[in-house]
Amino acid sequence: MGSPQVVRVGNNTSARLILNTWPLVCAPAYHLVLEGILILWIIRLLFSKTYKLQERSDLTEKEKEDLIEEWQPEPLVPPMSKDHPSLNYDIVTGPPSHKIIVNGKECINFASFNFLGFLDNERVKQKALTSLRRYGVGTCGPRGFYGTFDVHLELEDRLAKFMKTEEAIIYSYGFATIASAIPAYSKRGDIVFVDEAACFSIQKGLQASRSFIKYFKHNDMEDLERLLKEQEIEDQRNPRKARVTRRFIIVEGLYINTADVCPLPDLVKLKYKYKVRIFLEESMSFGVLGEHGRGVTEHFGVNIDDIDLISANMENAVASIGGFCCGRSFVIDHQRLSGQGYCFSASLPPMLAAAAIEALNIMEEDPEIFAILREKCKHVHKALQESPGVKVIGEAYAPALHLQLERSSGSRDTDVKMLRSIVDYCLERQIALTLARYLDKEERFLPPPSIRVVVTIEQTEEDIEKAASCIREAALAILK
Amino acid sequence: MPPSMTESSANKLINGDVCHRTANGKKSSGRNGFVKNHCLFQQPQQKKYRRPSEKNNHVVRNTSLYNRPFVEQFEETPLLVAVLTYVGYGILTIFGYLRDFLRNWGVENCHVARERDEQKDFVPLYQDFENFYTRNLYMRIRDNWNRPICSVPGAKMDLVERTSKDYNWTFEHTGKVVKDVINMGSYNYLGFAENTGSCADNATGSTHKYGVGVGSTRSEMGNLDIHEELEQLVARFLGVESSMAFGMGFATNSMNIPALAGKGCLILSDELNHASLALGARLSGATIRVFKHNNMVSLEKLLRDAIVHGQPRTHRPWKKMLILVEGIYSMEGSIVRLPEVIALKKHYKAYLYLDEAHSIGALGPRGGGVVDYFGLDPKDVDIMMGTFTKSFGAAGGYIGGKRELIDYLRSHSHSSIYATAMSPPVSQQIITSMKIIMGEDNTTLGAERLKQLSENTTYFRRKLREMGFIIYGNNDSPVVPMMLYMPAKIGAFGREMLKRNIGTVVVGFPATPIIESRARFCVSAAHTRDMLDTALEAISEVGDVLQLKYSRHHDFPSSLDPWSSAESLLLEPSHVKPSCHITN
Repeated sequence: MGSPQVVRVGNNTSARLILNTWPLVCAPAYHLVLEGILILWIIRLLFSKTYKLQERSDLTEKEKEDLIEEWQPEPLVPPMSKDHPSLNYDIVTGPPSHKIIVNGKECINFASFNFLGFLDNERVKQKALTSLRRYGVGTCGPRGFYGTFDVHLELEDRLAKFMKTEEAIIYSYGFATIASAIPAYSKRGDIVFVDEAACFSIQKGLQASRSFIKYFKHNDMEDLERLLKEQEIEDQRNPRKARVTRRFIIVEGLYINTADVCPLPDLVKLKYKYKVRIFLEESMSFGVLGEHGRGVTEHFGVNIDDIDLISANMENAVASIGGFCCGRSFVIDHQRLSGQGYCFSASLPPMLAAAAIEALNIMEEDPEIFAILREKCKHVHKALQESPGVKVIGEAYAPALHLQLERSSGSRDTDVKMLRSIVDYCLERQIALTLARYLDKEERFLPPPSIRVVVTIEQTEEDIEKAASCIREAALAILK
Repeated sequence: MPPSMTESSANKLINGDVCHRTANGKKSSGRNGFVKNHCLFQQPQQKKYRRPSEKNNHVVRNTSLYNRPFVEQFEETPLLVAVLTYVGYGILTIFGYLRDFLRNWGVENCHVARERDEQKDFVPLYQDFENFYTRNLYMRIRDNWNRPICSVPGAKMDLVERTSKDYNWTFEHTGKVVKDVINMGSYNYLGFAENTGSCADNATGSTHKYGVGVGSTRSEMGNLDIHEELEQLVARFLGVESSMAFGMGFATNSMNIPALAGKGCLILSDELNHASLALGARLSGATIRVFKHNNMVSLEKLLRDAIVHGQPRTHRPWKKMLILVEGIYSMEGSIVRLPEVIALKKHYKAYLYLDEAHSIGALGPRGGGVVDYFGLDPKDVDIMMGTFTKSFGAAGGYIGGKRELIDYLRSHSHSSIYATAMSPPVSQQIITSMKIIMGEDNTTLGAERLKQLSENTTYFRRKLREMGFIIYGNNDSPVVPMMLYMPAKIGAFGREMLKRNIGTVVVGFPATPIIESRARFCVSAAHTRDMLDTALEAISEVGDVLQLKYSRHHDFPSSLDPWSSAESLLLEPSHVKPSCHITN
């Protein structure tokens, strides 16, 4: 029964085979040869080694050896002169609080960012010590692996409440906070609009993000809008790309490099007009601006939910170590898995977190201190106006001002030297000031050289008068 | 260790392998290509040698460079386990898509935080697929991470008990405390995470004296006398000319590498280097090339090619080459082959950046890290980097080296110019603990801790291996990764161990390759034998329940494992004298 069927099937297939191959047989010979060669060529391409520029070297082993023998690297670090201005640090003996001993001389501190005077606050110290006696110093692990302490959770909770946001996240180092937060959101291909005066940690965060970076002129909203409009035109040209390109504006609340404040209400308008998210770095303004010290949002009365992310360090007004980001949970929670400085670093020592909590307690109990600080700032700002040859840079309510030369000598080195002599003159007369330090070659837009003057609530009127007159004398003597 | 002893152990290893090879019938006479060998450790002419399985090739090759047996094991993943692991991920992914679909249609409750309504028409902050893994895989076992603790992270710790009513989307603290959990997770190698004793006392003293903050950078007004004291001590401890301390370990890497390399420089980085090293390398703007983990052949090839071919396209010579390696790799438990790296670095004139985050304090007879462990000269390492977080129970990092290097960093490091200086009580903790390790407190407490750690490590590793678990890494490494492989076992292991009052760390993708999920134990000098036994018993019990005893190599001597002879062809006679070329 089976065999005829098989035969039939066999016949059928052979017939089909003939039919299928008929055109092949009919085709002219050269055609077949050509196709055969083509097939062989494809096979060769498939199996040949991948072409690599580097490996196509005709050098013999001997020549390679000679190259290796001859190659001389540059020194690991370029030689440095012993009197490089930033090599010899001033040595502080004892606590860097209101009275500070610099190079063996007791001075009044106009240099440490201890705005609210929490650095040697007894209450803060006691809370830190209680924590030390309970947890020890280090955490011995990142947050994920038994490095989350109940104090960390409490601090995050308290910061969120203080700022009236949904969530806060803490980092163990102020510099790493915004530098980790930016690349957590902004990736390759995204666009970031940044103020030219943005501080160094923002610049590093941008570099790590590998996004397109567009700088706008410092606090110039027209320039920003021009860039945003340009981008809008670009987007209309390529709407598919525009749908996945995230955009961010990154600004500082109170700029550390220029001591002036960002026009936040205008930025929020632009945000909704052009659908760009705003990241705000508030290291200088947190615990300073606003009635309750909530920073630049409170200062302008801007709804904090309109800002996508606020970042600040706890090393200035709070006088501890570390930093935090706060905002809506939708935004902040992402950093718990994507913030490099959060995931891969040991967590903040609990005693430092406890100190920060106590600082928040004092800030909440006594919002008066912010008003006092503002008064002091105004006072200092006014007192410094009368120094000849130097100009005061910054807002009247900024706690960290810059003194720049009115007329530059033309050379940055000479300017720095002149300013350094003013600082030394003041140090001699028991006023501790410092130059604002930058990495000249690394800064995107290098600020002009300046002396930093920091205001704290501990400075008395006499202190301020003394400092102002000292600077005036120095300017007269040195700048002539 | 006397040199004669090491010589003999080295020879034994090689002879054993040669025997094995000839027994296999492979004649070495056929290969005479290696007469003209120019490489230190590599034979580029021989393309066709049998590559042993990548996982097993970690027995010492250039034995003459080592003063002690160097044994590292990475047992291969059993095939069935690998297949089942992939199947597991497949199932999880399918369910993930299903649940995403249900969430999308509102059938399943969606717990993900939502964008506010005002910004719904903005470009989405996250791509949907970005969080697929988090939403559908990580969320299932999230309770194994970020467990809050409320005591010293010492040998035993107290955990805050938490529960979740919505399958790990949110946690609630019950108000209870899980007492005395044996801590196998913290990097407390020498047990300096303490709230009593001289470390805590001295830290208290400096809190009274200085307060906790500094409020300025090192270069402006934050250079305290305590920082100077710390740096002098660190330099002495490391045996280098000078050192500098930084406030955060992660930032020590990411903010200093850019000062050391730049455009036109080449950075050669181990594939398993920590994220901070990778970030630092990226921020530097230098070209980055990655070599296989701890694989000297791969490193040498990159070094040779770099010098021979120069920079891409222009073929200009590289300005300098910087090799980035770690002392102990925290996810593998492996120790860097430092003697070989140094030989390569010297021969090819590269610079060496050694990150001793986990090894400083934890290795070496004096606690001096890998350099001490191998008995090498610290001057041969150009940049000695490490952290204070682990062995010293503090926070921050350091860089040590020649005076010119440190002077340059003082004026050019991002950290010293822009970041706030280290907190005084933290500095004090480091000073005190380091002095104890060095014996400068006139006690033997430090030496005892070092001895205890080394004993605990050997004991714990040996026991785990005897039980039949697959353990990765070097025999002397206090970081002990134990393979779990399957995604479901990650969560199960962590939870079962916690039920038995033992806190362990479990890790999966993306911290490890996708099929190599593992548990990691960190042995500490503070662990008593009793604690280790309790932990081991629990691990064994859970291992039986979850069928984790994968190892197929049950009994072997700990110094020489038999299957490593697959390596034989890298032990050709020419390799017995690898240094001949240098001496020429």
